[in-house]
Amino acid sequence: MSESLLTIKDLHVQYNTDEAVVHALNGINLTLKKGEALGLVGETGAGKTTMALSILQLLPAKVGEITKGNIHYDNTDILAADNHNMRKIRGAKIAMIFQDPMSSLNPILTVGDQIHEVLELHFPEMSREEKDQRVDDILGLVGIQKSRKNEYPHQFSGGMKQRIGIAMALVAEPELLLADEPTTALDVTIQAQILQLMQELQKKFNTSMIFITHDLGVVAEFCENVSVVYAGEIIETGSVEEVFARKRNHPYTVGLFNSIPDLTTEAKRLIPIPGFMTDPTNLPVGCKFVERCPNCMEKCKVQLPPMFGAGHKIKCFLYEDRGGNA
Amino acid sequence: MLKYVAKRGLMLIPVVIGITLFIYVIMSLAPGDPATLILGPDAPYEAVLAKRAELGLNDPVLMRYVKYMAGVLQGDFGSSWYNGFNVLTEFASRLPNTLTLGLMSMAISVVVGIPLGILAAVRQNSMLDYTTLVLAMLFASIPAFWFGLMAQVIFCLTLGWFPATGAESLKHFVLPALTLCTGSLAAQVRLTRTSMLEVIKLDYVRTARSKGASEQRIIGKHVLRNGMLPVATRIGTSLANIISGAIVTESVFSIPGVASLLINAVKIRDVPVVMGVIVVIAVFVGVVNLLVDLTYALIDPRVKLEG
Amino acid sequence: MKYKNKSNLTNKSQLGLIAFRFSKNKLAMVGLAAILLLILMCLTAPLFISYDQVYKQSMANRFITPCAEHPFGTDQYGRDLFARVLYGGRISLLSGLVVVASAMVVGLTLGGAAGYFGGKVDNIIMRFCDIFMAVPRMLLSMAVVSALGQGTFKMLIALAVAEFPNYARTVRASIMTLRNQEYVEAAKCCGTSSARIIFKHLIPNGMGPVIVSATLGLGTTILAIASLGFLGIGVASPTPEWGTILSENRTNIRHFPHLGLVPGIFIAISVMCLNFVGDGLRDALDPRTKN
Repeated sequence: MSESLLTIKDLHVQYNTDEAVVHALNGINLTLKKGEALGLVGETGAGKTTMALSILQLLPAKVGEITKGNIHYDNTDILAADNHNMRKIRGAKIAMIFQDPMSSLNPILTVGDQIHEVLELHFPEMSREEKDQRVDDILGLVGIQKSRKNEYPHQFSGGMKQRIGIAMALVAEPELLLADEPTTALDVTIQAQILQLMQELQKKFNTSMIFITHDLGVVAEFCENVSVVYAGEIIETGSVEEVFARKRNHPYTVGLFNSIPDLTTEAKRLIPIPGFMTDPTNLPVGCKFVERCPNCMEKCKVQLPPMFGAGHKIKCFLYEDRGGNA
Repeated sequence: MLKYVAKRGLMLIPVVIGITLFIYVIMSLAPGDPATLILGPDAPYEAVLAKRAELGLNDPVLMRYVKYMAGVLQGDFGSSWYNGFNVLTEFASRLPNTLTLGLMSMAISVVVGIPLGILAAVRQNSMLDYTTLVLAMLFASIPAFWFGLMAQVIFCLTLGWFPATGAESLKHFVLPALTLCTGSLAAQVRLTRTSMLEVIKLDYVRTARSKGASEQRIIGKHVLRNGMLPVATRIGTSLANIISGAIVTESVFSIPGVASLLINAVKIRDVPVVMGVIVVIAVFVGVVNLLVDLTYALIDPRVKLEG
Repeated sequence: MKYKNKSNLTNKSQLGLIAFRFSKNKLAMVGLAAILLLILMCLTAPLFISYDQVYKQSMANRFITPCAEHPFGTDQYGRDLFARVLYGGRISLLSGLVVVASAMVVGLTLGGAAGYFGGKVDNIIMRFCDIFMAVPRMLLSMAVVSALGQGTFKMLIALAVAEFPNYARTVRASIMTLRNQEYVEAAKCCGTSSARIIFKHLIPNGMGPVIVSATLGLGTTILAIASLGFLGIGVASPTPEWGTILSENRTNIRHFPHLGLVPGIFIAISVMCLNFVGDGLRDALDPRTKN
């Protein structure tokens, strides 16, 4: 078993706004091994992006606050790292691909410049020619003609912009890639192309990856392991095979599976999860899913379930029989 | 590009015709005969008639207007009804004073206002930010002439640091320029701050952070250029403010500039002078706005100048 | 969501929300209270001091510095400055209101038509407005004053001429964004007349930005009135108006600073309060612009 690259322990993050305190993350535990591709699944507002931003220490200043827990990246205590050290990690060791390629690129700099900037920041000793060569190479890898590097973002389509985002994230060959719903803003046909591209590049560079999505199908295809996030907690985690076997799942994961069409089984109606996500400004004491859970028990309302099971872990009292807190 | 410039230049023509025609027409509808006004109520009838003929007031309004504009096209803005001086020559002789005043205060408001706005935005919600905002609000609300009067009393009459009136040396322009710049300085600070704050929270700034860029680099390379775009477009507006402000400032400090020429002309209804000043300033403002748009296209690649 | 936010500005709950956000803005509330107090003081001036104090000259009482009998002192003719400033406030504030109101009527009609009909009508109306925006506002007012001749009423016309394109542009811009909304389509489908659609649907919904620019415009108009008064081409002395009062006392400010301070402070305070209220309204109408 390869060593772990990223460890998150009991991470709590809250947003302090004028109106209320939003509890975005409530005790996240996560381990990522070198070369692993982990899928992070959950609905909008579950805290997936917050988690990615916490890892890079990019939470919105003054509003976002890490209240508890720690993050270790390859022997570096991220939460203790100063600005200077964080800057050395961002872009060079951990890179991020953002959800909306339309707004993530600076409109008045050429795309070549923006990719080049990463090299300038992290490889000051590299010669100008070498940097240019690296930019040309990475553009080639993401399928953009190198002649277009002097163009501006508005001259590219959405899918092309996301390719540039990927090029920017990978140009310094980081060890960890945080992909925050990189295909959500794109057309379905383009989505498939981008996913394929990312899969190829991840293999090529042997990059570890946290792939954030709300699309279970993408995870099945792309990742080895999957963690399901609900209301700022990881409620189920395991290998893709175990989770997608659909034998033992958290009721929420079951709900997720039921709300996507499955062509292999006999046609039936999609079953949506009733209700809305728990209000993150006013969380229940027990399990966060109680209000929507079909299997809710009295104990769920008063007591927060621990993770049950080893390997494939589920945070639900239904699986208490699998023994203790693994 | 050339086509665009030409088109914008051509668009100035209807504006100039419109504004001059408007003033000409209301003037002719306004009560009171200019010839009588010039010669005084006791002037003999014959003299008034002669004066009317001399000024060409017997022609229909439109004909007079066409004649006037034909003159303007050839660079002849006519002469003052009262003092007989050539409008353009008089304007040109007073222009240096007004330009010095305007440029000085424009420079102060840009050189002080933009960095202050940036600083306030970068240190949002700090003491510096609040102080800057309150001062900017105060400066935006204080009438320039009052500021000028007070400065005159304190720095000229009481402390004797600067001459109170006149335009003989650069020293004469210090207080007037400071007075004139208050309003546009305040506007500049507020605009720069808002614009920077808008940009700071955009996604691509976060992208730059995720690349490992330092805060200085993020502000310098990513925020500043984008944040300056709206500031640049407002140069036209702030120029208009400066011109308006120059009118009262020249009056407070008795500077013989274009504005004081205009004030006197307005008081005595010296139409050719008023018209001349308005036409020249309208064209000037139009040209500056065109230059601003051209510069804008240079900094923002998204802007295409369509001909 | 966007649609919902913009179309329901006149909706009660939306209005309530705007009022709530406005009430949380301390500066704006202070500004509003101060400007209302100022207006109240000017309106009820006859209760404190009689009208004839404004003009009554008294050589024995020249240049009195502020005291119990004359809270703001007296001027070179022995006129009571307190009376002149309060009664002057009625002229300054009322003139500002008249200018803004008339400019709004013209601006709203033109801008409404331009935004609603679009195309040629829009082009003609906006080019017409461009003409008046080509010349700095102060200059345009002066030109109109010189053409019409001096006088308070003529000055008000001059200022309104310089002010109306501002509202035309603002209302046009908000109507442009509103006119393709579904409820306008729905009204058209019901056979509603254009005028009814403009006045009943578009203008009320597009009012937000107009109210903001009217508040800020009132401030700049009061400044402009004072400037013209100061230059001696606005409200003519001895009628009290803040700018005119300053102009009258100009030569005596050096030795009697209260003559300059008092009218200047009144102008600055009213303009500043209106700016606070305007900014507060803008933030309340569109919370996204607030930092």
